[in-house]
Amino acid sequence: MNAVTRALRSEGGKGLIMVSPPLVYALLLLAAPLATIVLFSFWTQNFLDIDRTFTIANYAEALSDPLYRELMLRSLRISASVTAVTVILAFPVAYFISFHVAPERKSLWLFLITIPFWTSYLIRVFLWRVILAFDGPVNGSLMGLGIIDEPLTFILYNANAVIITLAHAFAPFAILPIFVSLEKIDRSLLEAARDLGESRTMTFLRVTLPLAMPGVLAAVLIVSIPTVGDYVTPRLVGGSGGTMIANMIYAQIFDLNDRPMGATLAVLAMAIVAMTLLWLIARIRFWLWLAEGRGVWIALAAGLAEILAIRAIFTLGPGILGTPGTVLGLLAIATLGSVLIFLRVPKGRAGI
Amino acid sequence: MRDTSDTGRPQAIVTLQDVEKYYGEYHALRGISAEIRQGEFFSLLGPSGCGKTTLLRAIAGFEDISSGTIRLDGRDMEGVAPNRRPTNLVFQSYAIFPHLTVSQNVGFGLRKAKMSPEDKRRAVGEALEMVGLGDFGARAAHALSGGQRQRVALARALILKPRVLLLDEPLSALDKKMRQVMQVELIKLQREVGITFILVTHDQEEALVMSDRIAVMFEGGIAQLDDPETLYRRPASRRVAEFIGMMNFLPAQVTGTGPERIEAEVAGLGRVTLDAGQCPGEARPGAAAVGLRPESLTILFDSGVAHDREVRGTVAEVTYYGDMTYYDIALDGAPDTVSVSARNMPGRRVLERGETTALAWDPRALSLFC
Ligand SMILES: Nc1ncnc2c1ncn2[C@@H]1O[C@H](COP(=O)(O)OP(=O)(O)OP(=O)(O)O)[C@@H](O)[C@H]1O
Ligand SMILES: [Mg+2]
Repeated sequence: MNAVTRALRSEGGKGLIMVSPPLVYALLLLAAPLATIVLFSFWTQNFLDIDRTFTIANYAEALSDPLYRELMLRSLRISASVTAVTVILAFPVAYFISFHVAPERKSLWLFLITIPFWTSYLIRVFLWRVILAFDGPVNGSLMGLGIIDEPLTFILYNANAVIITLAHAFAPFAILPIFVSLEKIDRSLLEAARDLGESRTMTFLRVTLPLAMPGVLAAVLIVSIPTVGDYVTPRLVGGSGGTMIANMIYAQIFDLNDRPMGATLAVLAMAIVAMTLLWLIARIRFWLWLAEGRGVWIALAAGLAEILAIRAIFTLGPGILGTPGTVLGLLAIATLGSVLIFLRVPKGRAGI
Repeated sequence: MRDTSDTGRPQAIVTLQDVEKYYGEYHALRGISAEIRQGEFFSLLGPSGCGKTTLLRAIAGFEDISSGTIRLDGRDMEGVAPNRRPTNLVFQSYAIFPHLTVSQNVGFGLRKAKMSPEDKRRAVGEALEMVGLGDFGARAAHALSGGQRQRVALARALILKPRVLLLDEPLSALDKKMRQVMQVELIKLQREVGITFILVTHDQEEALVMSDRIAVMFEGGIAQLDDPETLYRRPASRRVAEFIGMMNFLPAQVTGTGPERIEAEVAGLGRVTLDAGQCPGEARPGAAAVGLRPESLTILFDSGVAHDREVRGTVAEVTYYGDMTYYDIALDGAPDTVSVSARNMPGRRVLERGETTALAWDPRALSLFC
């Protein structure tokens, strides 16, 4: 018996054998393409062939070109809007199914919610294009009712259309995790809150909502991450005002034949999404911690101040964000802050 | 413990009058009427599914009743929401808020209290001290043992100084030792705070140990409402007698009835004369049953002593408990064996199966069920 077979027969070795098929699969399908993308981002396109000398010129260009910056920010904005709309609309639906539908009917309701998935994503997006069109049913009925005189133009071929379509497409993904977290709430906790003197509203705010937060957070992540990089919806209903970063990545790789630039944008988009979410979760934890320790008003003030500061940075625009150095510097500061919060502030209630 | 009003009668704090509850077709509460007095420790005792929880939740305001009235402090509770009733409920599952600390749980109901934050903190500290959890305030609620959760639930309810504290099987999740400790602590606590407690339990021993008065419930109705001793000594029906403690039943034939005395022929015991008070309800001639507790038969280990009421029997089974031994004894002339308990004392031997022994009995310990 040699060393290799001995190692494979040990506990750890057995575990390794067991996970190896999916591990190999994951490596081949996820890690390898990802590594290729990262590799490409450091190369340069020379007409038809690739110049394989290492360079960070792509990153410098991507970070300083205002077009890329605008597309990236717009993607984040659209994703944030979609997430907000989806989660805010999903919560009452999940709440209704969990609290007001008879137990034996719940699976039927969940089943109904997944019905939109029965048709292809592409067809659903096309349908929205028809619904929101210049001569579509929305405009038709609003004009028929005399509410508007001319067809609404702000609902198709712009960012709003992208938000409406994506919010519809992702609704089940938001409803399900929120529903699960609501289902897990022990109903006697709600009665206990009532018994201790709280009204229905306060019971909701003090018990139901905090206990549903893990589900809400899961919904936020599930909706926000894929929508940043969505490509089909902006292409079909977004027009020029609704174009997002993924469309640019596509254009670079397939239309402009600049694969290294496309790869660079992809890597940057990934990094920025990761950092933004990290930042968001860290801030929520920080604000909750502040609210508990110093009071709700201080926490609200701190949150507002931070949001205003970020707005100021973006509206002051090119002056501050002009060079790759400052962009990277700001990102680094934000990420460092997030990591510090994760290390120093204990995990609070609601599991965040 | 009981408050008495000017009239000298204990004051009722909860009045139940002909309370009926239907779940659809199912008749869960049947004509419940009772008065629960200020400051007493009251128990609702009954087998599983008899409607104890339903009645408790109706008092707390979580179940609407179909008819009848529930008064708290003289005020009709019809349409009054749970958060507006002067009651607090300790849930069977304790219902501790998992996202809050122990202190936040205990202080949950104080949000609207007109107190400064320091006073609130002090009140929470005192409440935790009272249930013996003084150092646990900062602990996350999910990191507590069953007994500790139960104490938190108690502190959380008592801090609001309710007029009536409702407890739904608060001890059933604890092991036997812990349960006995908590029984004593609950009694002490109740005396200390002077709040009326209504306890739901299906454990007759627990009810006997803790309560001032007990309502025994079967199938949604109250079968008997009395203090523990009366309940044990003078059960109102054969069913109550079987439910509270252990009781042996011997077939009997009532031969004569009068306003004061009842004559009966009891299998195994012979001819007996009973007080009219020993028969709940109407005594009529004919077949009946006589009940007697295991401790009402005395095994005559020293057969030298002569008793005027003596029977003989054969030991059929021996169950040894340490402090007590329970014998199943076939009395001469009785169809079934009866259970007899004997305290194990120094120098007293434990009988063996198959032995015959003499037993003494006292007619005052008998109950007659017609
Ligand atoms: N929501 C409901 N709908 C229909 N029937 C119910 C409902 N709640 C309780 N019941 C029925 O009413 C009866 C009394 O229930 P309850 O919970 O009061 O019993 P309990 O005496 O507390 O029993 P346990 O000791 O098992 O807790 C039971 O037969 C139960 O099945
Ligand atoms: Mg119950």
